[in-house]
Amino acid sequence: MKKLILPIYVITLRDLKKFFRQKSRLIGMIARPLTWLFLIGTGLNQVIKGGLGVSYIQFILPGILGMTILFSAMFSSISIVWDREFGFMKEILVTPVSRFSVAFGKIVSGMLVSTIQGIIIMAAAPFIGIRFTIFEALLLVVFIMVVSICIAAIGVFIASMIKSFESFNIIMNFIVMPMFFLSGAMYPISVLPRFMRYLMYLNPLSYGIDSFKHVMFVEFAHFHSDFSLLFDVVLMVAFTLVSTVLAAFAFDRQQKE
Amino acid sequence: MNAIEVKELYKSYDGVHAVNGITFEIGYGELFGFLGPNGAGKTTTINILCTLLKPTAGQAFIAGLDVSRESDKIREHIGLVFQETTLDNELTTFENLLFHAYLYGMGRHDAVKRIDDLLSMIGLQSKKNELVKHLSGGMKRRLELIRGLLHKPRVLFLDEPTIGLDPQTRANVWGFIKEMKRAEGTTIFVTTHYIEEASDFDRIAIIDHGRIVAVGNPNKLINEMGRATVTFGATDGATVQTLIGHGMIESGSGEYQIKTEDPDLFLKQILNLSGLKINEFKIKKPVLEELYLSLTGSEIRDEYVDRPRKIRGHNR
Ligand SMILES: Nc1ncnc2c1ncn2[C@@H]1O[C@H](COP(=O)(O)OP(=O)(O)O)[C@@H](O)[C@H]1O
Ligand SMILES: [Mg+2]
Repeated sequence: MKKLILPIYVITLRDLKKFFRQKSRLIGMIARPLTWLFLIGTGLNQVIKGGLGVSYIQFILPGILGMTILFSAMFSSISIVWDREFGFMKEILVTPVSRFSVAFGKIVSGMLVSTIQGIIIMAAAPFIGIRFTIFEALLLVVFIMVVSICIAAIGVFIASMIKSFESFNIIMNFIVMPMFFLSGAMYPISVLPRFMRYLMYLNPLSYGIDSFKHVMFVEFAHFHSDFSLLFDVVLMVAFTLVSTVLAAFAFDRQQKE
Repeated sequence: MNAIEVKELYKSYDGVHAVNGITFEIGYGELFGFLGPNGAGKTTTINILCTLLKPTAGQAFIAGLDVSRESDKIREHIGLVFQETTLDNELTTFENLLFHAYLYGMGRHDAVKRIDDLLSMIGLQSKKNELVKHLSGGMKRRLELIRGLLHKPRVLFLDEPTIGLDPQTRANVWGFIKEMKRAEGTTIFVTTHYIEEASDFDRIAIIDHGRIVAVGNPNKLINEMGRATVTFGATDGATVQTLIGHGMIESGSGEYQIKTEDPDLFLKQILNLSGLKINEFKIKKPVLEELYLSLTGSEIRDEYVDRPRKIRGHNR
């Protein structure tokens, strides 16, 4: 067991150390989501009024949270592509560490970075009039972590299927954008035509954002959420397990020529 | 049981045989050189032995473990310095080493002590907390070398360890490698295309086009190939007649050569003859480089240019 866990810790630690050493990434990580929140939120706040029970800027907070997680967890797997490009992956692969540990380490580091960003967004909530209790906040953090693992695992899976930087960026953008817009982040799922709704059901982020809505809009939950909280949790956990296993096997397979 | 045993090993890439049926073994504690021109198949062989690449056919064993079936166990016993740099530039010297030690399951206390010992042995103690991106090429190479030895591997693989280094650093690197072999009994498998570096290895194999063309102790190999060439320059008719009478063969205008195992004896015989007008004589003994060139038939490039793999493949 120690042989499996310790390397995960070490690989995670390295990624985090590097992350916090890069000032620009650190600033971007805090500034980007907040900018989005206030630009989109404030702008559309003027256009969209009434009917929601909450202001639009409040309505999109769970979506912005989901978007933050989506971007940071998904793109954190770029470190795999970097490591391969700069040869460092070979150094890791020739050690006795199991390939599964390496994949899990990458998922965990993506999860942590993304969770930290999520918490920063959460901290903005009181400023736009959303308040929650300590218990709700903790619950929210747990949901953020689950969604982050799921998305980070999808990222590792994709990074393990591709060979170059260029294809990583192309494929990521191709996947991230639809995942964002088909997640209930910007508008309720119920307003969409049926075939798009089916796509949303296949999107793990939909359940994540829905669970955030449950916690953030306790009184309005029946109105804004699309599924029951239990359903959200079951689906998120299921997606997370599947994507983690897929990521581990894809990563392992890529190393076997 | 040998440290390394390789039997009829093959690796092909769409019809190109990078490794074309090689067989050899290396004893424990040996310093073994793998010599060959670029594209000979050295790196491919190392990658198979280090379990990073699956062979197309054949078998290889490290410390009795099968590379195809026991790769996880093998990785605990080997160290590797790759041909290209594989350090994390954004981490410090110490962090790179500690990361490596942890991945091999070393405890922090042991790791730190070993790191300090090795850093001062190789002369990098002052760069311990420097970011690797600020180190020179030679320093990076030395850092990789001690990283490869950090976990006390039984077999250390070095892929062109001195490529692109200045003479001082090269000497420093070889001194360190030989010191570690002596002190820790590490078996060392090293590839190089600088043949002069290999003259004091325990054994060498010369590889070309994926095949081993010679294997053995470098001095013995030279001796086996090794009859000396005696060359005389002479124009006088009678002298030439006598030289030819003694088995010499014209090799150029006015030059006559003979290959012999005992050049001194031959010279004595010739010089004892009277009436010769020999203008000059010289004795040339073969060196490793000649052996290498006669076997691989190719010039050795000093500068290694790692051309794109596809182009190299088509060059065949
Ligand atoms: N991944 C690969 N795909 C196709 N050909 C390859 C690959 N790797 C190596 N080769 C070919 O195999 C041969 C041996 O390469 P290599 O082992 O790198 O030689 P060396 O290390 O002796 O310079 C070369 O002809 C090279 O082009
Ligand atoms: Mg090579």
